[in-house]
Amino acid sequence: MGCWAIAVHGGAGVDPKLPEERQEEARRVLRRCLGVGAAGLRAGLPAVDVVEMVVRELETDPVFNSGRGSALTQEGTVEMEASIMDGRGRRCGSVSGLTTVKNPVSLARLVMDRSPHSYLAFHGAEDFAREQGVEVVDNSYFITDENVRILKLAKEANSIVYDYRVPVPSADTCSASAGPVGATTDGGLQMNGLPISIYAPETVGCVAVDSGGWCAAATSTGGLMNKMSGRIGDSPLIGSGTYACGACAVSCTGEGEAIIRSTLARDVAALMEYKGLGLQEAVDYALKERLDEGKAGLIAVSRNGEVAHGFNTVGMFRGCATEDGFMDVAIW
Amino acid sequence: MTSGSYSHQSKSAVRDRRMGWAIALHGGAGDIPLSLPAERRAPREAALRHCLELGVAALKANRPPLDVVELVVRELENSPCFNAGKGSVLTTNGTVEMEACIMDGNTKKCGAVSGLSTVVNAISLARLVMERTPHIYLAFDGAEAFAREQGVETAHSSHFITPENVERLKNAKEAKRVQIDYTQPIKGAIPSSIGDSQIGTVGCVAVDGHGILASATSTGGLVNKMVGRIGDTPIIGAGTYANSYCAVSATGKGESIIQATVARDVAALMEYKGLSLKEAAAYVIERTPKGNVGLVAVSANGEVTMPFNTTGMFRACATEDGYSEIGIWPSGINGDLEYPNK
Repeated sequence: MGCWAIAVHGGAGVDPKLPEERQEEARRVLRRCLGVGAAGLRAGLPAVDVVEMVVRELETDPVFNSGRGSALTQEGTVEMEASIMDGRGRRCGSVSGLTTVKNPVSLARLVMDRSPHSYLAFHGAEDFAREQGVEVVDNSYFITDENVRILKLAKEANSIVYDYRVPVPSADTCSASAGPVGATTDGGLQMNGLPISIYAPETVGCVAVDSGGWCAAATSTGGLMNKMSGRIGDSPLIGSGTYACGACAVSCTGEGEAIIRSTLARDVAALMEYKGLGLQEAVDYALKERLDEGKAGLIAVSRNGEVAHGFNTVGMFRGCATEDGFMDVAIW
Repeated sequence: MTSGSYSHQSKSAVRDRRMGWAIALHGGAGDIPLSLPAERRAPREAALRHCLELGVAALKANRPPLDVVELVVRELENSPCFNAGKGSVLTTNGTVEMEACIMDGNTKKCGAVSGLSTVVNAISLARLVMERTPHIYLAFDGAEAFAREQGVETAHSSHFITPENVERLKNAKEAKRVQIDYTQPIKGAIPSSIGDSQIGTVGCVAVDGHGILASATSTGGLVNKMVGRIGDTPIIGAGTYANSYCAVSATGKGESIIQATVARDVAALMEYKGLSLKEAAAYVIERTPKGNVGLVAVSANGEVTMPFNTTGMFRACATEDGYSEIGIWPSGINGDLEYPNK
């Protein structure tokens, strides 16, 4: 009989000057969601149910970039995506391009459980949502004043807010070599053309292992501020933003394009499976060796009840709890 | 017929191949019946041969592998014989929704598109996403809008939809199932007048003499799929992958390929477990449920492998030392075409 464990994240790449009340607010939400998940695991719920439940909580809370509080497209609308994977059987479900579904992660779960497919997107996903009778709201529900403000600034800077990269000379190419985060000439930290103080928080996720030793992962996001409509990032892509198998479960956050190129979530598991690395070793190796110049963070659990995390950004909103009573919430 | 990997090796392939270009392409894996009538078989073999020749000529002319895989897949998309571009299978609404993906093993840059309904060559739009946007993956309305911005060739749905696929959809609805192939009549269903297999996907992998690798895959998806369904093809690491070790393009049941991260796993097994290309590909195929997957792959050293656990896979390959092969069923099965090295 194994031990349960759970980890959550609310995005990688954090303004080091984030006001203390914002930090405390984030910690409070993470703590609350972690508590919800731990209670579920203690009650014997399967990991896949727990990760869905926790991510629903994170989606509903506007503090992080998913569901309500999602980043906005170029057009000022919200297009949300999510994925969930049950390490038991490696079943998975993904959704993209949602505009009215209140909890994208739950629709992803329904794709997994109630459709013959693994991934539904845009109009087709919205139709499925209505067929399934999930809660839908007007697109305006997801839009916060804060993000409207940030979108305006991002447009003025004519850049996409990656949240954790310095501006590159030709920002219109998908370049693998973007350069590390660093100080600008005016002494302030910049992220892709914007002062770090005004970018949007990024993506939420949860990984859990239940007392049966089964792992599961779920990730949800509104994506990149000022993204092209129709842009799909790493969060709904199995193997990139989300992965779970018999050995472990992983949820990533950060520069979507870098996470996709490095198939980050799958690589953590592959390093364990094929190279025999332990969980934290695999996490560290993947972040160090696989991202090239990209910036990202991730959380992971193993079938043995271990938790691990890592990030090469400035901070990652995160928390974890294990059966022996350990609990921690942190940003830096 | 044994289960497991069907990767073909002739005596010449056993010889250690250090560098040199290599190319492999596929037109889909599935339950292709041995009884496939000649009038269905011949055009597909001809198309495979034609695309192989185009790819080989391009490699001999020192075109970068990324260009080679794109041009071969464009050719496969333009052929009505395969489930991509023209000849794509239909959604449950009778429409086409095409998707494609391309990856450069050298830089690991990649591009993907889904939900295209008017773009003549999805693979080329995927390449434009890679090269002209800060993103990797665009889908549906956003992808179509990008296509218009870029001025790529578009066409009315009548360009893509073939009568055979209209009938296929009808049969699938009558049988009330989603098919990856539909050559075998289902008990109780109205027998299809079409005894061929418009299945899977098309794809191409290539490596040049310097060990630079690239992969490209394109598809119309599953017959009778739900509108908005995305398969493995545009998912990096599932249907398509390339890095400095190998380039892989997979075909078969999308949902199985996604959960098994087929393309990524071949490369990961080489890198993390030290397996050879053939061993890694066989390992992955054997661990995916039978009847669900096939792939083509090349390594930085110029090796090729084309294993599948389905009845057949439309495939072709060639290497710089003169070996080439075109096949449908496992080698050794009656009627399979092979051209041992000249």
